[in-house]
Amino acid sequence: MRADMADLAIIGAGPAGMSAALEAAGLGLSVAVIDEQPAPGGQVFRAVEAAAADPALTGEYAAEGAALARRFRAMPGIDYRPDTTLWHADLESGALSLRGPHGTALLRAKRLLLATGAQERPVPVPGWTLPGVMGAGAAQILLKQAGAVPKGRVVLAGQGPLLWLLAVQLARAGAPPALLLETSAPGALGRALRAGGPMGRQLWNGRAMLGKGALMMLEARRAGMKIVRGARRLRAQASADGARLRGVSWEGGSTDCDLLLLHEGVIPSTHITRAMGLDHQWDAAQLCWRPALDGWGATSHGLVAVAGDGGGIGGWQAAVRGGALAALDAAHRLGRITAGERDRRAADHRHALSAALALRPFLDRLYAPAPEVLAPRDDSTIVCRCEEITAGEVRQAARLGATGPNQAKAYLRAGMGPCQGRMCGTTVASLIAETRGIPVEQAGALRPRAPYKPITVGELAEL
Amino acid sequence: MFAQRPDIRPATVDVFVAGQPVRVPEGATAAAAVLLAGLPAIRETPVTGSPRLPYCMMGVCFDCLAEIDGIANRQSCTVAVRPGMRIEPQRGARPAWREGAVHEG
Repeated sequence: MRADMADLAIIGAGPAGMSAALEAAGLGLSVAVIDEQPAPGGQVFRAVEAAAADPALTGEYAAEGAALARRFRAMPGIDYRPDTTLWHADLESGALSLRGPHGTALLRAKRLLLATGAQERPVPVPGWTLPGVMGAGAAQILLKQAGAVPKGRVVLAGQGPLLWLLAVQLARAGAPPALLLETSAPGALGRALRAGGPMGRQLWNGRAMLGKGALMMLEARRAGMKIVRGARRLRAQASADGARLRGVSWEGGSTDCDLLLLHEGVIPSTHITRAMGLDHQWDAAQLCWRPALDGWGATSHGLVAVAGDGGGIGGWQAAVRGGALAALDAAHRLGRITAGERDRRAADHRHALSAALALRPFLDRLYAPAPEVLAPRDDSTIVCRCEEITAGEVRQAARLGATGPNQAKAYLRAGMGPCQGRMCGTTVASLIAETRGIPVEQAGALRPRAPYKPITVGELAEL
Repeated sequence: MFAQRPDIRPATVDVFVAGQPVRVPEGATAAAAVLLAGLPAIRETPVTGSPRLPYCMMGVCFDCLAEIDGIANRQSCTVAVRPGMRIEPQRGARPAWREGAVHEG
């Protein structure tokens, strides 16, 4: 099969990917942007072209998000391929195997930038596989892509800025949640404020973001949402026939509900970077794996860079700057600009990047997930949704000698189902670490293999 | 489980969910169509036959696997609706062979 060529192939058309494409195309590089979605935006600005006029989605989404997508669409020199999935990358030759609306395609890239963003941190509570339990991000995606809102009594459970934002957006869309079960430990705010380091300056630099957060909480309360703080030991309760959600319980309370939306923040999507065998490090502040990157987003492999939340959670403003920096570095590596020119153009981006990240250490401390989120206490909790493996089975495997998630996969099939461990990998590692009394980074991370996403034999045969 | 807001996003694309016609907005995914149709489950797991509905809606969890236009194991949250699309729940594992199966070439 003939391969198209690109100086820079970018995987993901979210803030980092769009920004990198704009910067690189502006410097004269030929750019291909591969994205699984039908339209640009990533998760944070998903469907922004279709939904920016929705009064429930005002603010950064409708303003900066729509503006970025407009600039991306208008920029010449970008080969934008929506509805397209990367399922293999040959790092020796730069050949990328893609599956798109017209079948299989090959693309040969001189440099590869992964801007694959984040996923919601899995929240393995008893009953979380029941129909009627979803990620909070899933409800927000339905609002953005289809204008849809939940029917019936909705409970949000967890913590983090997205949970409050979703509460406000659903209220504005005419479907305010009934209850928010906030899992932050009592006193978390005080501890986050008192934690060491130059916290005063961080809070001052991040004051605009803090102000927005306070206004969101006020608006959610005014919409009539009840709030329970310090909710622990969450359980999704099944209907009598076990076929759907009936309600939710926590230590000291319970309520009926039709939809339970869980959220404990987001973690980098490292499936592809791990499958490529790139170096990763455990981020002790954000409690997740991230690829090891230099200041330009370059990874341990000479062909590949990472920008945006896929390299560590920083939010969309940081992703925009990180994408531009990675594009400048690509232009330099491909001989289009000198190191001096790259550094000169990078200065503004670096300044804005550090401002965008100012509040992050405070947010990481404030919204650190509880130990029971990382390693569920109740042994009957399903942790691998695909193969239906429980926390108790993983603990048992650890006692029998499984030293990490790759061994547990062989013992139990945990991580061997269709999601390839995207949902259970970190939980399995945490359970093994807890059982064996070792740090989670020593338990390690799953090493997935291509294809990164399922393909048919027919699609494989087209190559 | 989810309701449309036709004043904000008019439904314009007709698809079939488990054989029943549903009209959804352009840009919605097949998984969204399943939730808007009110289907109790999009699949039953191969291991225990438990009912599932889409969980993450962003291509991560694979709980939205469905048969779309005759092809099984599609991540329905990554497939945008097209007029006439047929979305069928998937029970258990995808059969390796089946009489009268659609040729996937």
